[in-house]
Amino acid sequence: MPTFTLSVNGRSHQVDAAADTPLLWVLREHLDLVGTKYGCGIAQCGACTIHLDGVAVRSCTLPVSKVGDRAVTTIEGLSEEGDHPVQQAWLEHDVPQCGYCQAGQIMSAASLLAANPNPSDDEIEQAMDGNICRCGTYVRIRKAIKTAAERS
Amino acid sequence: MADANTTLNRRSFLKASALAGGGMMLGFNWLAGCAPESPAPKGLPEAWHDINAFLKIGDNGLVTIMSPNPEIGQNVKTSMPMIVAEELDVNWRDVVVEQAPLNTDKYTRQVAGGSQSIRQGWQGLRTAGATARRMLMEAAARRWDVPVDEVTTEAGTIRHTSSGQTLGYGDVASAAATVPVPETVELKNPTDFSIIGTSRKNVDAREIVTGKPLFGIDTQREGMLIAMIEHPPAFGMTIKSLDASAAKALPGIRDVFTIDVAPDGFERQWSDVNAFPELVVVLGASTWEVMKAKKALKVEWERTSPAESSADHAQRLAELVKSGTTEPARRDGNPEAAFQQAATVIERTYRAPFLAHNTLEPMNFFADVRADRAELLGPIQTPEYLRTSASRLLGLPEDAIAVQMTRMGGGFGRRLYGNFGLEAALISQKAQAPIKLVYTREDDMTQGTYRPAYQVTYRAALDEDGTMTAFHVRGAGVHGGPVFADRFPAGAVDHYLAENLSLDSNISTGAWRAPRSNFIAGAEQSFLDEVAEAAGKDPIDFRLELFDRARTDPVGKEHDYDAARYAGVLRLVRETSGWDAPPRPGVARGVSAYYCHNSYVAQVLDVTLDDGEPRVDTVWCAVDCGIVVNPDAARNQVEGGIVDGIGHAMYSALSFTDGAPDQQNFDDYHLIRNAEAPRAIETVFVDNGIDPTGLGEPSLPPIMGALANALAQATGTRLYTQPYANSLDAVELQATTG
Repeated sequence: MPTFTLSVNGRSHQVDAAADTPLLWVLREHLDLVGTKYGCGIAQCGACTIHLDGVAVRSCTLPVSKVGDRAVTTIEGLSEEGDHPVQQAWLEHDVPQCGYCQAGQIMSAASLLAANPNPSDDEIEQAMDGNICRCGTYVRIRKAIKTAAERS
Repeated sequence: MADANTTLNRRSFLKASALAGGGMMLGFNWLAGCAPESPAPKGLPEAWHDINAFLKIGDNGLVTIMSPNPEIGQNVKTSMPMIVAEELDVNWRDVVVEQAPLNTDKYTRQVAGGSQSIRQGWQGLRTAGATARRMLMEAAARRWDVPVDEVTTEAGTIRHTSSGQTLGYGDVASAAATVPVPETVELKNPTDFSIIGTSRKNVDAREIVTGKPLFGIDTQREGMLIAMIEHPPAFGMTIKSLDASAAKALPGIRDVFTIDVAPDGFERQWSDVNAFPELVVVLGASTWEVMKAKKALKVEWERTSPAESSADHAQRLAELVKSGTTEPARRDGNPEAAFQQAATVIERTYRAPFLAHNTLEPMNFFADVRADRAELLGPIQTPEYLRTSASRLLGLPEDAIAVQMTRMGGGFGRRLYGNFGLEAALISQKAQAPIKLVYTREDDMTQGTYRPAYQVTYRAALDEDGTMTAFHVRGAGVHGGPVFADRFPAGAVDHYLAENLSLDSNISTGAWRAPRSNFIAGAEQSFLDEVAEAAGKDPIDFRLELFDRARTDPVGKEHDYDAARYAGVLRLVRETSGWDAPPRPGVARGVSAYYCHNSYVAQVLDVTLDDGEPRVDTVWCAVDCGIVVNPDAARNQVEGGIVDGIGHAMYSALSFTDGAPDQQNFDDYHLIRNAEAPRAIETVFVDNGIDPTGLGEPSLPPIMGALANALAQATGTRLYTQPYANSLDAVELQATTG
């Protein structure tokens, strides 16, 4: 089994895994970072969203062998104290219902705001359209992104 | 103030023999990042003192409140402890919430279903808090040697009114734990509530937004193996033979075997709905290795009952509705004669497909089954039923099976049916190892227990003045019809007939958020809109006239709604939505009202057309669920139900070809997405002080009607078949080709 060196949340990790193992399962089962969720396995729901060099990527279809030396950031590493403006806005608007999709939503939102600090309503909807919330918290998600944009 | 008798659930209030709960400490409610102005929260105490099953108090005044019911996103883990805290009279900042384990002796109804947690928990939770408060007061009174009626409390502090002496709850918690449990306690007057009725943040929010392990699928244990299942590809099939040699040879694979969770003699409970009791199991070290091995399985399946397709269901439901025989579920007056004498008769038929629950966290469960005991942990709406069935299946007594509930990544009814918990238990027993069973999305979506396909035909008779003189509803569904015979407009029409028919099938069905209502409300409210139009009446006025009739001069035997409360939400939404104002250009509106799960909801939905594509603009919602425990979280529930209802009515369907689901994942099963959700949702609650009722379901059913009615105004086409997006496409196709 090959060994991969990954940079995850600012730390270097050696991982023994089959080359085709999706990064999602490496994070969850090799590195014990379970904040990144499995929802569909085909990059359709966004629950597994992480950042690669700061850009939102679906980790469920990204083989560990393709990560290379790019920096992986998960929900656990988005901020030191859980106080990223997006996380704070999520708390302020009390967005979650069941909460399962929210790590992925937050990672998509943080990536959006890093690229576009003042997104329009349409830009928010389009950027967040790949993240399913089965509980239907979309209206709050949009409001929280607006709040985070105002703060950062 | 009202007195509550503590003897009803007395076991709940007797001192717990072990450390209360013994579960994981899962949630602190303070949100330091959000409330910098609030004082630093108390640290952990040196010692905890159990006062009753619902709460323990630390020697520093920190309070742990057990949340009894399963949390599926309906916010009970916050709102139920709020009710205890209110009567305990404690500062919410000093409360820690812990998920209670399964123990129905102490916590009575530990179910997430039917929007009943708050309604049925209300009295017991208040009594638990009030009992503890009384015991703390008595302990303080003894300490001071004063009569207890000279003692008061305020936010965790006990005060002797005349001397001004004070003690914190933590100071007397140890003594309070030995005070005899009072026979009766006083409950607060609702006008004195200071926690109930104020918005409190989700106690798990901080863990959720930082990705902490909260969900069943996050469970990790030493030596734990990953298990996955392979179920038949189509309903009506079972395993004929298994060749596991290729799968077993793959890296990380420990074993491949078959199980049967409903063997001969197994006594099924209602919660054991399951079309696929016989399964192939793959057991291995990691999820990816097991997923790959699943693909290497060579299973021969055999058909044991006929293959069904969606076209068959549509035809058989239509035949049933047209000519099936059944006894009337309710009959008032002489409907046949009334229809014959009518000036106008309107008849319409509505259809909806099967739906999958699609909780975003797929089915999963952890099990560690030993020779003499078992631990089951995971997402389950019915932990008590799971324990009973697991006991029967494993051959272990119920008291040897510990069931722990994790936060659930959605439920929507799917996790009422705990087949996955039984599967995990049996796999662990067979493997003699702790295991976590995880379904792939495809396993989950194609496993069954669906919202049934439905069809219903309505007829209404109008006289020359546009008064509805007769009403006939005749509905059919897979494994049960959708009609609620005693709901509106029963009681509001002189001549009324309700009939329900059921179609048998080998496809398993179950409760799906607001069962039956999730179809019939949309159909009924669409139909009444057309009837109002035919009668030449405003759709709100038309409904209000009927409520007025049901309230002042009800027809027939009792109906099961309160017409005044029904009319109340409709009047309220008329006001908040500006229904009577001149229409905004380009905006089409639809209205709807429905009563289910003991709560009343009325909605106005605004649609705009963008290049011919409809977009829901604003939804106006009025809700009467009595006292609102946690207002902002309640609004969140209402918003979620509205988005869920719009999504499923507009886009979602599960169809079958030769017994196999045509949709297996989110690439072809369309769940509503961000850009399809309403631009805004404006919710108001009726403030009437009535004991609270549920909110997890009631906002979903009516929105389907409001949506259909608004789309009809926007497009000029009435929609009768869900998902509406497909119906609109068909209309457009007809227009462009015809």
